Amino acid sequence: MKGRMISPGKTEGTAIVSDEPIGFYGGIDSKTGIVIDKGHPLEGKCVKDKILVFPCGKGSTVGSYVIYGLKKNGVAPRGIINEETETIVATGVILAGIPCVDKIDIKQIKDGDTILLDADNASVTLQ
Amino acid sequence: MYLTKEEEKMLEGEKGEVLEKMFRLIVRLGDIYDADKMIPVGSVQVAGVSYKSIGDPGTVFLEDMASKDTKVQVLTYLNPAGMDLENWDKLGFPKDFAKNQLRIMSAFKKMGIVVTSTCTPYLAGNLPRFREHIAWSESSAVSFSNSVIGARTNREGGPSALAAAICGRTPNYGLHLWEKRQPTIKVNVDADLDFNSDFGALGYLVGKQVKNKIPYFVGIKNAGTDQLKALGAAMAASGAVALYHAEGLTPEADLIEKDGLETIDVGKKELEETYEKLNTGADPDIVILGCPHASIREIAYLSEKLKDKKLKKPVWICTSRMMKETADRMGFTEIIEKAGGNIVADTCMVVSPIESMGYKTTGVNSGKAANYLPSFCKQKVVFANIDKLVEGQL
Repeated sequence: MKGRMISPGKTEGTAIVSDEPIGFYGGIDSKTGIVIDKGHPLEGKCVKDKILVFPCGKGSTVGSYVIYGLKKNGVAPRGIINEETETIVATGVILAGIPCVDKIDIKQIKDGDTILLDADNASVTLQ
Repeated sequence: MYLTKEEEKMLEGEKGEVLEKMFRLIVRLGDIYDADKMIPVGSVQVAGVSYKSIGDPGTVFLEDMASKDTKVQVLTYLNPAGMDLENWDKLGFPKDFAKNQLRIMSAFKKMGIVVTSTCTPYLAGNLPRFREHIAWSESSAVSFSNSVIGARTNREGGPSALAAAICGRTPNYGLHLWEKRQPTIKVNVDADLDFNSDFGALGYLVGKQVKNKIPYFVGIKNAGTDQLKALGAAMAASGAVALYHAEGLTPEADLIEKDGLETIDVGKKELEETYEKLNTGADPDIVILGCPHASIREIAYLSEKLKDKKLKKPVWICTSRMMKETADRMGFTEIIEKAGGNIVADTCMVVSPIESMGYKTTGVNSGKAANYLPSFCKQKVVFANIDKLVEGQL
């Protein structure tokens, strides 16, 4: 699948998919990488070393620092795939250096799929 | 995107490493969102100030930047910190937390940022003009400046606002463009809105429904800046509304294209249901007002309520340092403190560590606070108007 490059890089990993938006501030613990948003479909799951797939970001503009914090604490996802990346997530992934692509039909991706994310070429390949 | 010669120099690192990194970030954002060029900004407001929000990674990031002699190019204000920067000890904020918070503040100050921490910069000396391009980040301040003042800003992330301050520029896209400021949904309001909490409930309800659309309100009979700040804050918290228009109340409402909009109706019943939904507790341990930061009018109102009274349980009102100093001078602080309440400056309940200060149920009159307190601060919430909340603590 072809999308739009938000943040460069190339990576491979297992998909963790949310069909609901993610608010990083108050939604994911930057120390553990575990989703803490009450009632969120990914609540209790860890994003570390995964390819995190969700439609778009939501909520507080501090979310960019949470993404940066995840990376610094070694619990960041390897890559991020969105339908539409808004500025909060875009800023976070650029600062943290996490490969990210958007404009992808995320319904094609299932939890547990192995994914090759080549953000440099804005492409997502299911293995 | 078109870049001037000077901007190209920034990008090539001729003006230093930090400027290059920060400019690279906003150029990247501009490319992603199809900006045609960079535009100068009149002022900036930076979010990501509380140690609770940004933690050690954010603190080190800021200290590193400050140590390289980075300076902001335009008037820059800060979002609330995690504590009252002067009275933190007396109010019971933890010492370790305070130490880290003060590190963050000194990094910002070193960069030339005005270290007054408030979500209402427009009440504290950072007031943009109509149509001025700015780069603000706190979501309620973004909503107020776009909607009530008619200035132009996107919802910036903490670091992208900081980058705008350091570079003096922001990419020209989104809400900087007139065609992107047109309403995308109409909201018919048929209800009496008496208290600020009524505006908070309306905002919470509409934000949930419209998400990141641009609402055009019809039927709000009257509202001052305090009410419009409550409305916008709640919509930005429960949804991602960065701009709204209101017939007869906001400056762009007469200029926008209003034909053929999808319409939703909000009446008394929907507002009552919203009050019910936001109430997740009873009998608050503490009442915290001032989300967004209280105006001097709101502080005066509380002072009038507490005159010659004794509180059984605490009442805080959060505000900017500037409003606090005015309240001191007017004697409002003395009245509130004599009753057992506190005016807390520089911080707010959402970004302060109230859950580790022993509070479990918080009473609020803010739709924004009611939205965030359960997840950010593990609080049960009592959502009501200021009169009911204060009377309950006496």
